[in-house]
Amino acid sequence: MDKVVIELVVNGKPHPLRVEPRKLLSDALREDCRLTGTHVGCEHGACGACTVLVDGRPARACLTFAVQMEGHAITTIEAVAENGRLSPLQQALHEEHGLQCGFCTPGIVMTFEAFLRDEPDPTEAQIREVLSGNLCRCTGYHNIVAAIRKAAARMRGDEEYVAP
Amino acid sequence: MKPAAFTYHRPHSLPEALALLAAHGDAAKVIAGGQSLGPMLNMRLAQPAHLIDLNDLGELAAIRDAGSTIAVGALARQHAVACSELVRADCPLLGEATATIGHYAIRQRGTVGGSLAHADPAAQLPLIAVTLGAEIDIAGPRGRRTLRAADFFVSVMTTALEADEVVVEARFPKQGAREGGAFELFSHRHGDFALAAVAATVTVDASGRTRATRLGVGGVDAVPLALHDAAKGFDGRIPDAAWCLSVAAAAQAHIAPEDTTRVPALFRKEVCMVLMRRALARAAVRAGGQ
Repeated sequence: MDKVVIELVVNGKPHPLRVEPRKLLSDALREDCRLTGTHVGCEHGACGACTVLVDGRPARACLTFAVQMEGHAITTIEAVAENGRLSPLQQALHEEHGLQCGFCTPGIVMTFEAFLRDEPDPTEAQIREVLSGNLCRCTGYHNIVAAIRKAAARMRGDEEYVAP
Repeated sequence: MKPAAFTYHRPHSLPEALALLAAHGDAAKVIAGGQSLGPMLNMRLAQPAHLIDLNDLGELAAIRDAGSTIAVGALARQHAVACSELVRADCPLLGEATATIGHYAIRQRGTVGGSLAHADPAAQLPLIAVTLGAEIDIAGPRGRRTLRAADFFVSVMTTALEADEVVVEARFPKQGAREGGAFELFSHRHGDFALAAVAATVTVDASGRTRATRLGVGGVDAVPLALHDAAKGFDGRIPDAAWCLSVAAAAQAHIAPEDTTRVPALFRKEVCMVLMRRALARAAVRAGGQ
């Protein structure tokens, strides 16, 4: 099948690409943009590892074709830390041991960077409901929930936070 | 787990999309949110030669007050519907059910029209459409037509849509005075398709006695079932726990799920019974009847 020429804007930077229309956004990010922070787990939307932001909203990169994303802004895990400084959510995941192997972590970070903007003061039940869309086989989720609560408190200013 | 090759089309208007669909017919699939079609393409359960992307048809994304109904554009995202003030105020049953579809990230992309057209027998939106008697607008090369939800869903993942037609809007009746609704589902894992799901509305009179009851059950048959008739004999009563049990028992007689490898029919029936009782009880409380 013929390749098509598209421009993918990822983390504010345009990437001119030649891709087959069937190329998944997750594969285009990893193989063509060389941004391997977006992880690929199940490739049918169940595991959440490949979650990125499309125009600021979370989306499974494996259920999106790169060709569809022309004209849209993609944000990946590579853009979450600013100038080498972890975001409050990333820092809290680190402090609370919210990851072990780290495979699921980029998807969780992208999902909750968006969710905590929607809902700055979520209940634990709300956090767990949203987290149900991201499979983690290491942690048992408790530390992830603790990290998200801590990050939310810091982002609201309820808890003092000095970025390291 | 990579899709087969296809030609990609990105129409910018409904007429353009319909022209593409007319040209390619059975060889084409339309994609909106892609949360059901995406996995099917990745697993090669679907291998269309042409993929027609409706995501630029912003005019189909509106959620609006249409008098006696809430009109939801086919491209309205499920998250937008679940969060819509209009939906929460005037059609809360739709909002409550939509908020349980898949997961947070899935609902950001998944659309109302896509879910209706996909017609999974256990899905939330087909069940709500059938229970409330929603109207579904369809556009095609022969113009527009409107179908009642009960006529739209034909069988498992099969609708009355022709190969050259698309869903453009669904209109859900507003909740009436002294009416309450509730949605219940049971699934093995949070976010999975339901093993069974129930939607109920209860309307009471000024004295708190039942005037009308609607009861829909999904996941037990090829299409969602409307079991309103089973509840007809129970009007004019106080909707207490005994009433809920009686209505649910009458409705259960009309449910005949099949045995599957993982879910025996008896278990699914029992789950339905529990869900019906819970949904009726919550709907009655919300109606102000009990």
